[in-house]
Amino acid sequence: MKTYVARRLLALVPTLFFASLIVFVTVRLIPGDVIDLMLSQNDVSASKLTRDQLIAALGLDKPMWEQYALWMGGILFRGDFGQSLWQNVPVSELLLARMPITLELGFLALIVALTVAIPIGVYSAIRQDTPGDYVARSFSILMLAVPSFWTGTMVMVFPSIWWGWSPEVRFVPFMEDPIQNLKQMILPAIILGTALSAVSMRLTRTMMLEVLRQDYIRTAWAKGLSERLVVSRHALRNALIPVVTLIGVQAPLLIGGAVIMEQIFVIPGMGLLLLDAVYQRDYPIITGVFLVVGVAIMLLNLLIDLSYGLLDPKVRYR
Amino acid sequence: MASASETGAIRRRGPLATFLVRLFKEKPLGAAGAIIFLLFLFCGIFADFLAPYGMNQISPLNRLKPPSWQHPFGTDNLGRDMLSRCLYGAQLSVIIGFCAAGLATIISVVLGILTGYLGGRFDMISQRFVDAWMSFPDLIILIVVVSVLGPGMPQIIGTLGLLLGIAGSRIIRSAVITVRENMYVHAAQSVGARTPRILWRHILPNVMPPIIVLFTTRVGTVILAESGLSFLGLGVPPPAPTWGGMLSGSGRTFMFQGPWLALAPGLCLTLVVYSTNMFGDALRDLLDPRMRGSR
Repeated sequence: MKTYVARRLLALVPTLFFASLIVFVTVRLIPGDVIDLMLSQNDVSASKLTRDQLIAALGLDKPMWEQYALWMGGILFRGDFGQSLWQNVPVSELLLARMPITLELGFLALIVALTVAIPIGVYSAIRQDTPGDYVARSFSILMLAVPSFWTGTMVMVFPSIWWGWSPEVRFVPFMEDPIQNLKQMILPAIILGTALSAVSMRLTRTMMLEVLRQDYIRTAWAKGLSERLVVSRHALRNALIPVVTLIGVQAPLLIGGAVIMEQIFVIPGMGLLLLDAVYQRDYPIITGVFLVVGVAIMLLNLLIDLSYGLLDPKVRYR
Repeated sequence: MASASETGAIRRRGPLATFLVRLFKEKPLGAAGAIIFLLFLFCGIFADFLAPYGMNQISPLNRLKPPSWQHPFGTDNLGRDMLSRCLYGAQLSVIIGFCAAGLATIISVVLGILTGYLGGRFDMISQRFVDAWMSFPDLIILIVVVSVLGPGMPQIIGTLGLLLGIAGSRIIRSAVITVRENMYVHAAQSVGARTPRILWRHILPNVMPPIIVLFTTRVGTVILAESGLSFLGLGVPPPAPTWGGMLSGSGRTFMFQGPWLALAPGLCLTLVVYSTNMFGDALRDLLDPRMRGSR
């Protein structure tokens, strides 16, 4: 186990290096005229910064490799993601303030997705080819196609027209008023969660069908166990392992969806931070969010891989 | 469709006809998806002839009119006909969908065949790169690229093509790895065929099924991603009639007066993505049973 963890961590190093290169190179593509655009676009900036100061602030006055080394060194040794261009705050401070909000939204959405997906997937599998199974499968195929920003828009528009009710958009932090906070978060979490549940539902169903054909399930039936025990104790535990991997695979979709939900429901998380930074061309913030999101997803996938041993005693680490 | 050949005792059909018969008999939902998809293609290609009004034809007297015979989908806040805008939206989606999915497929095939066939250190390093690439959410990469290059169609097509192309190379790579071990490949190697020839004549034709499936499902993915980006105001800039743009923040204020504005573009999007998913699933089951269940 220890050597396995060490090997996995070691394998992560080149991946992290590539990830930082992707972030660095993408943002360094800035064409020169964007600098002029930035200066003309932001009235604030024109008075605050001159062209040379802006170039220096973006670090574009140094050779590429030096820029990369300075940037990476700052992050690795001092947790320094640079300074926001237009607000006088370090990017790391903004990231720390916004990250818990997006994590909360993502976590709630994940809970919604699993509470929708697992029971329906299990039901679909143990009642294969019944009308209920067809309804569940059609629903999941449909959920794959409905864009969450459309659902979100309709939730904003129609209840307000019909009943004069609209979702709360004044954000309250969880620590201040948990109930009010959850009231605001639950709607986007449900929309995002149901959209994501489609794939896990299909996977749960497929895996359950596979497991239910195994010999040990036949043995469990033969022992005279109740259906509830066969399904929950023997089948589900084994069927759910691939579903856990899927959470890692879906994490990028979850974050992408969170950006859109934060925009619709005005939730000040990482997504809204990124979008505001894009509209204002605040590149240090853009770079910071980009890197943090990618690294977080990589670490999540590592954790999931390592958790296999706890979930499935059959897995041996080599 | 194969009525002419049914006269004889032995039915003989071309491969396409056989495929169509199987599609309609075994996969009715996939066939429905194929029909919706063809309809969408038709609307997109002939939007100029089908649309009753221009895509940006403003008519101040007809602001926010509910659906009627003159305007089946109603009109928006500038009096533009929503049906026409949805049709032109289909045109934009067809162009972006096919260009980006095509580019993505080419990248996936080249990368997948090279890494899968050559293997070794080259493969190991490129797989770590693909790992890194795939841990960034598509939408975030798109947003960042647009923030650097500005919004516009070529940027979106290029980025989406690269994005999905690199991610899709994994699927082609795993197909190539299984094909690589076949006898005919070893035979070709032992008679001294050059690598490009083996790749072109032996590997490529045998990984065609996953390539076709990949392309079909990618069209839907691209359209969904582009509309998400346009929804955030970072896609093809207005007044271009993108489906996502029609649903975006600026349009939302008028939806409270004209709720039909929220319906048509969303329905178009859902239908098209649904059709590519269904058609793609059916294609995968019919062409390449090994890929069943993967996505």
